[in-house]
Amino acid sequence: MPFIPHTEDDIRAMLEAIGADSIEALFDEIPADLRIKHLDGVPETMSEPELARLMLERAEQDGRPLNFIGAGAYEHHIPAAVWEITTRGEFYSAYTPYQAEASQGTLQVIYEYQTMMTRLMAMDASNASLYDGASALAEAVLMAVRANRKSKSRKVLMPVAVHPAYRATTRTIVDNQDINLVEVPYDPAGGHTPVEALKQYEGEDITALVISQPNFFGILEDVDALTDWAHANGALVIAVANPMAAALLTPPGRWGEQGADIACGEGQPLGVPLSSGGPYYGYMCCRKEHVRQMQGRIVGRTVDRDGRTGYTLTLQAREQHIRRSKATSNICTNQGLLVTASTIFMAIVGGAGLQRIAAASHANTRALVERFRDNPAIGPVFDRPCFHECVLKVGAPLNTVLPALAGDNLIAGYDLGQDYPELEDCLLVCATETKTEQDLDHYVEAMNRVVGDATAGRTAKPKMA
Amino acid sequence: MLIFEHSRPGREAPGHSPRELADVSDIPAGLLREDVPGLPEVSELQAVRHYTRLSQKNFSIDTQFYPLGSCTMKYNPRACNTYAMLPGFLARHPLAPASNGQGFLACMYELQEMLKDVTGMKAVSLTPAAGAQGEFTGVAMIRAYHDARGDSERSEILVPDAAHGTNPATATMCGYKVREIPTLKDGDVDLEALKQAVGPQTAGIMLTNPSTLGVFERRIQEIARIVHEAGGLLYYDGANLNAILGKVRPGVMGFDVIHMNLHKTFSTPHGGGGPGAGPVGVSERLEPFLPVPMVGHDGERYHWITEKDRPQSIGRLSAFMGNAGVLLRAYIYARLLGREGMHRVADFATLNANYLMVKLREAGFDLAFPGRRATHEFIVTLKRQKKELDVTAMDFAKRLLDYGYHAPTTYFPLLVPECLLIEPTETEAREELDGFVEAMVKIQEEAETNAEVLKEAPHTQPVRRLDDVRAARELDLAWMEN
Ligand SMILES: Cc1ncc(COP(=O)(O)O)c(C=O)c1O
Repeated sequence: MPFIPHTEDDIRAMLEAIGADSIEALFDEIPADLRIKHLDGVPETMSEPELARLMLERAEQDGRPLNFIGAGAYEHHIPAAVWEITTRGEFYSAYTPYQAEASQGTLQVIYEYQTMMTRLMAMDASNASLYDGASALAEAVLMAVRANRKSKSRKVLMPVAVHPAYRATTRTIVDNQDINLVEVPYDPAGGHTPVEALKQYEGEDITALVISQPNFFGILEDVDALTDWAHANGALVIAVANPMAAALLTPPGRWGEQGADIACGEGQPLGVPLSSGGPYYGYMCCRKEHVRQMQGRIVGRTVDRDGRTGYTLTLQAREQHIRRSKATSNICTNQGLLVTASTIFMAIVGGAGLQRIAAASHANTRALVERFRDNPAIGPVFDRPCFHECVLKVGAPLNTVLPALAGDNLIAGYDLGQDYPELEDCLLVCATETKTEQDLDHYVEAMNRVVGDATAGRTAKPKMA
Repeated sequence: MLIFEHSRPGREAPGHSPRELADVSDIPAGLLREDVPGLPEVSELQAVRHYTRLSQKNFSIDTQFYPLGSCTMKYNPRACNTYAMLPGFLARHPLAPASNGQGFLACMYELQEMLKDVTGMKAVSLTPAAGAQGEFTGVAMIRAYHDARGDSERSEILVPDAAHGTNPATATMCGYKVREIPTLKDGDVDLEALKQAVGPQTAGIMLTNPSTLGVFERRIQEIARIVHEAGGLLYYDGANLNAILGKVRPGVMGFDVIHMNLHKTFSTPHGGGGPGAGPVGVSERLEPFLPVPMVGHDGERYHWITEKDRPQSIGRLSAFMGNAGVLLRAYIYARLLGREGMHRVADFATLNANYLMVKLREAGFDLAFPGRRATHEFIVTLKRQKKELDVTAMDFAKRLLDYGYHAPTTYFPLLVPECLLIEPTETEAREELDGFVEAMVKIQEEAETNAEVLKEAPHTQPVRRLDDVRAARELDLAWMEN
């Protein structure tokens, strides 16, 4: 029996000890009419070799295309040691560290993680993770509403240039809490969120402003001006920062005169594989004065009875298991193992290493875009600097271009028209440090050819479109 | 020692990042960071050794019996990890087209189908990241359902007083008031109190069955009738699904919406706090409100089901599809179990729990619900020990660590004083259970003869009891060089 150690003797002896005739008898408190008779929807047991064959086939079925999509999940090199250590049984199969003395490993890892994140983001405090970047933004909005005691409006300014799925997730999660999410447009030429777009809210009661660095288009926002505007208008600043970018760019804690109040986002770039979207983790940092409003677990350093240093979960009065209906969030299980991976990743790669990866990703994306200089059909949509993603206008319909490029083993980018109708046939493209010169050449050659074919085809048969 | 204390300026682990800093002069200087982030500067070996050693300071299923009630700490098969981490799965970008994910999507679709069958629900969405997010999803769907019918005055969610903290916290997040329903002495919900509590203000009830008290709610059909007649819906907190996997379908009990904790029942790892996966299942009337994305199958190809296909969906819960890698592990586990294995989960989880319960009772321990069968777990109360010997559930828990056993869940549920909620799971051998009983007996003897040894426990761990008051008062959440 899979994973069940009982011998016939065990079963007999155990039933005898219990005083029951059969295992069946142990279910005598369950009304008979509730009992399952068949499980037809579950296939027959598989042995491990059969299973191995099935999974190998399925994993290989999808090939290994060269990926140029970012859009919230980024392909970076992960040192082999990261997941070798992370999947050690002692980390992998432990529960939440409620019994602190028997969980010092996990607790110290989280304390180190919190230290690394506060340094990377230049913030005072970090929690031990939320589910992912998008749900972290939703929690940050709820946190800001509690933390900004001077504001009564529950009005949060949400730029349209924030990741569309983050905005959608935030809507779902705060939907029943009477919070007003107000969209702020982006500048059609620069792709950034201009301070002028905020002017109409001056003098109003605004609870918080969300600032994404870089924004969904890969464009660098003028974070100092936006932050100062928010603080001058009594609003808190929620930074949504790519942690890899934060190694190279001004970190949220240093934006403007006072810095962001809350920083949150997706931890995936720090050592977590793409794996179809998860498990990733949401990070969240804040200023000291807001720590008691932060959601999720937090580890503190303390001493034991002999005065020895040790680590423990702290400020638990914020959490559901203590505060129940008055907790800061319902979150319980978080994304602990991913934090373990990220901590090991940051330790091995180091601060200077992160900067070099970030810079190489930036340079690769810029090099890719520059290779289209001679093709008038293809080029950047926005004229402002970007980090490691860029919006390319492709002079042909993406619903023919993308499948054609798939034939060249390329996943060529994210079709922005899905979320921004005004950006029809615009592609969000990302080339991280993992891409070689040959990869870029291959991309450019294939794209030029496919777009060329498509345009020629359209000229020849205009009715087809 | 912290990793930062191994750090030396200029040391690094080469080969993991480009050698040179690429030109970034096109980025305005004002947007660039002025310093290098203060991360450790260590060699690869130093990092590997440091984190390997830290791992050795943990209790885990792989190293210890871990009878943590309500958490289902069963063996996490290694095959689930190995085959979920095949390079093809790890490399797949979440926004790659479905044509580039037929192998992965097939697994997800089949998992949806299997979960439908074992729970008796009409449709399943895999996207919630953990139990609590599943709860949020379920209650948000209950709200969307009432709203869609123009029945928007319903303002209350009923929650038994034994419920897990996530239940009331979830109701609040969904904008509901929480009303608690008391529990009877035998562990079942107080039906008279329930009848008094329901009314036109009732949006629904959140129930765990078996309850967090380790007993099966025998009058569940009656509860379903009372709540449904009042116009409310029933939410099933699936944290305890292991007790009935392959035995009873929540759908048949009358539940309208459920979540499953795949990191419990489907043996995906807890990872020292997560990740989990909390798929939701619904009856027909809630299907339009399910969160997206889901996976569809047109007979030939697998595809994503999105907002466009589901205009009434409550929306999305995360940037992509949720904890895909966890779902893959659960899928593999389900295939390894198969139909026969699935039927046996509840059988052997229940056999182990009842055996352990009887053995502890024979050894002189008091059960919280002595007249009841154990489900997959049960509660021992140390109220008597507290009164007679001044030792607490906490003292027993800490002393168990010295004997090499992870402590059962203590001080939850809040209803039972000095409780130990004990869940052995089906994957433990009888000798392990006997060893645990022996340790409990020895600790009881110590409590009677030398209570100090309990109060000062643990003695064998990397640290002794920690000063939690100081941790909260003198907050030290990030290391600073002196
Ligand atoms: C009864 C019960 N309900 C809900 C939860 C919450 O699940 P999760 O931790 O996956 O969010 C848990 C587990 O922690 C639980 O034991």
